[in-house]
Amino acid sequence: MVTNAASFGRSGVHDFIMLRASAVVLACYTVFLVAFAAFSTPLTYEAWHGLFAALPMKVFTLLALIALLIHAWIGIWQVLTDYVKCVSLRGVLQFVFVVTAFAYLASGILIVWGV
Amino acid sequence: MKLDIAIYRYNPDVDKKPYMKDYQLEIPDGSDMMMLDVLIRLKEQDPSLAFRRSCREGVCGSDGMNMNGKNGLACITPVSTFKGKKLEIRPLPGMPVVRDLIVDLSQFYKQYEKIKPYLINDDKQPAREHLQSPEERAHLDGLYECIMCACCSTACPSFWWNPDKFVGPSGLLHAYRFLIDSRDTATEERLDGLDDAYSVFRCHGIMNCVDVCPKGLNPTKAIGHIKSMLLNRAV
Repeated sequence: MVTNAASFGRSGVHDFIMLRASAVVLACYTVFLVAFAAFSTPLTYEAWHGLFAALPMKVFTLLALIALLIHAWIGIWQVLTDYVKCVSLRGVLQFVFVVTAFAYLASGILIVWGV
Repeated sequence: MKLDIAIYRYNPDVDKKPYMKDYQLEIPDGSDMMMLDVLIRLKEQDPSLAFRRSCREGVCGSDGMNMNGKNGLACITPVSTFKGKKLEIRPLPGMPVVRDLIVDLSQFYKQYEKIKPYLINDDKQPAREHLQSPEERAHLDGLYECIMCACCSTACPSFWWNPDKFVGPSGLLHAYRFLIDSRDTATEERLDGLDDAYSVFRCHGIMNCVDVCPKGLNPTKAIGHIKSMLLNRAV
């Protein structure tokens, strides 16, 4: 059996479920944002500010950011294990990508809760 | 009619690196022939050309190769498929080349060995044979026909990048053939052997295997069933 200590999930099945679950959250968030931008006319600063000031939207955004972290973590691990065969280089790249994804998550939380 | 053909040549004992060699072959106007016949005629011109073949009718799976960018069996691929274009024949991609169109399939066979391609039944042995209903037997259709030509696995990028860890479409088609067999009692043991991040889950369903299978089989569907079986016992 091959282990996957650097991936997000505990096993292939876990990764498989987490990838799809996070994809569903990201798809819903994207569809909602596009629909809001398309149907909220005129799309003013007040409308946009009002949307993100509401608690449900803050929670939804936080969920989407966490889903993005999980999705990117697993996806990057899969891509790197395919294309980067040097283990130390792969470890460094994986570290950089995961830290960047965490930075996006932290920034997102601070920005959204600052509205 | 004149056929223009470029063939991948590499003899590690003589050549520093692989190269494409151009050939020409005269065939009667309006006639057609299989790619294997083209290779056999070229070998009469140039006896150093090396390729595998045996049954010459799509049963043994020996002459899998890459023809104009697509894997297939030379013996059942007519020249007319390529509509007069220049023919480019290369070995199956991603595998170490032994010589010319002959590749080393050791890794492919190792993966096949890994899935335990034989019936495991710990029940009391019947007096004559394990019986199967027609419905149970029907589950094996579309699975047992695989001739292991390696066209599918060598068309799969996941197998190119991880041939030591990802079982590959052919091996997984065989794995499902035993998982679904009503006479096999080692389902859990077989699933345990596949339950990691590479063996099955490196398949991202791009369906190159389905596109190239010369027997018209669908490894992606079989892999989907294995994923479902793994999910069912995990969730």
